[in-house]
Amino acid sequence: MTDTIVARGLVKAYGDVRALDGLDLTVPEGTVLGLLGPNGAGKTTTVRILTTLLRPDAGSCTVAGVDVLRDPQRVRQLIGLSGQYAAVDEHLTGFENLEMIGRLYHLGRRRARERARELLERFNLSDAADRPAKTYSGGMRRRLDLAGALVAQPKVLFLDEPTTGLDPRSRLAMWEVITELVREGTTLLLTTQYLEEADQLAHDIVVIDHGRAIAHGTPDELKRQIGGERLELTVGAQEEITTVTAILEAIGTDRPTVDEETLRVTVPVTNGPTALIEAVRKLDGAGIAPTDIGIRRPTLDDVFLQLTGHQAEDHSTAPQREGARA
Amino acid sequence: MTAVLDAPRTTIPPTTGIRSRPFGLVRHSLALARRSLIKTLRTPEQLIDVTLQPIIFTALFLYLLGGAVAGDRQEYLRFLLPALMVQTVLLAATTTGVTLNADISKGIFDRFRSLPIGRSAPLIGLLLGDMIRSVIAIVVLLGFGHVLGFRIGTDLLSTLAACLLVMGFSVAMGWVFVVLGLLMREPSAVQGVGFLLSFPLTFGTNMITPTETMPGWLQAWVEVNPVTSLMEASRGLINGGPVADPVIESLLWGVGILVVFAPLAVWIYRRRT
Repeated sequence: MTDTIVARGLVKAYGDVRALDGLDLTVPEGTVLGLLGPNGAGKTTTVRILTTLLRPDAGSCTVAGVDVLRDPQRVRQLIGLSGQYAAVDEHLTGFENLEMIGRLYHLGRRRARERARELLERFNLSDAADRPAKTYSGGMRRRLDLAGALVAQPKVLFLDEPTTGLDPRSRLAMWEVITELVREGTTLLLTTQYLEEADQLAHDIVVIDHGRAIAHGTPDELKRQIGGERLELTVGAQEEITTVTAILEAIGTDRPTVDEETLRVTVPVTNGPTALIEAVRKLDGAGIAPTDIGIRRPTLDDVFLQLTGHQAEDHSTAPQREGARA
Repeated sequence: MTAVLDAPRTTIPPTTGIRSRPFGLVRHSLALARRSLIKTLRTPEQLIDVTLQPIIFTALFLYLLGGAVAGDRQEYLRFLLPALMVQTVLLAATTTGVTLNADISKGIFDRFRSLPIGRSAPLIGLLLGDMIRSVIAIVVLLGFGHVLGFRIGTDLLSTLAACLLVMGFSVAMGWVFVVLGLLMREPSAVQGVGFLLSFPLTFGTNMITPTETMPGWLQAWVEVNPVTSLMEASRGLINGGPVADPVIESLLWGVGILVVFAPLAVWIYRRRT
């Protein structure tokens, strides 16, 4: 398989802050790479470098075989970019926004209009086509912005936090659109701070922190790295905890952890379903009815915690280096 | 082997064929000027500085100073109006910088920068689109002047030449405000610095009073101020009188400003990260 996006040793510093500190990444053709990290990790900087908006201090990158630093204008012909801030003109209607971009791509008046209609249809914006974009909801703006990135049918797409700030329903709608694009063969680099999103959309995930890749793998590989399944159960009464802990200790591979406040007991297990059946049987024998019981697989949040020793949200208070003007 | 076979496919540009074409910059700039034009027409409240403001300034200066300066209001209106036209258009030019700054912070310029278009196209488009504001200002001023009894002393062609000269100079100055728009952090800062720059330039002239009435140091400034030449040129072309010197001076200044600030703006825009 050809590698459509390749970056080697990208470095970008803003004063003393190294936004990128030697980042490598590779995205094979037709796949999705999820660049996962908290605010300030260097995600937007990476996207801005790969989309020719920013020059790195060191390193090299190619998109579809074209050297981004040497031939940026050619790269711009090949890519689509939808940024963190919906880059639509508020005073223009949805149709006018897309038509303008079509004209800028030399589609010609007729083709530009056709393409605008097609995209509005596809993104469920036909009804709002002739309304100024400032009357759009957040989800609609993002869809319009993504439509703008697709005007010239790029084979390589960069989406910078496409669902940040969207409500759950709009997020699901966005995921569907993205999934469809990937099915059609688009190569996609996606940044996100939502672990679930990377899990859902990406074939490969690079976890970045402080401008460096700290882990790389498929979602499953990353989860495996973190350890196996856990059996988790919640009881209704404080006095039951001792009994439950004893039962789970016999089933699990390690000592159970107890959360006194939520009355939740968790234990790592080797085979989830078997452990679950055994636990239910023993609990029933002891006359205990848990309020909740289940097998928990590690989330990517756990992955992040394990890899960095801190929660993914930790540096949201760090200097904002990723704004539109970063 | 697959890698070798697949390679050419991925490096071929999309079928839409967006290679560099002749007049690309012109077409891109015009497409972007259209955007700026639509925007202006949809937010008429942003036109106050080229509609209400020149009317108020005309009335204010005319009735406040007319009697004192010229003794005769009609005479003063002839003196004031062609110069006020220059001021209104130049003050309105600061808006380009403000709009640009706001556009950049909203992210739409990132979209433009990621497109295969000339780097200067978004800037040229903005300046071209904002020329509608100059046109409105000129029409409003001449119209209101007409109501007050102002009459063109030369002919339509000379008046048109005056308008074009003022608008051309304003586009050149527009590049200065574009530079400000690219450098400042906030739209309001662009506005502030823009006025700081354009007030001495437009008020530090013989717009409302003849130079002879001023103290020496101010006379010196008014003499070297290029906007004074532009106002003299505008008066000459609209009212009649000698025009060659002020027109040539204005043109030279306009071209000089353009030659320095347009490339500077594009350079900053390219560097801006």
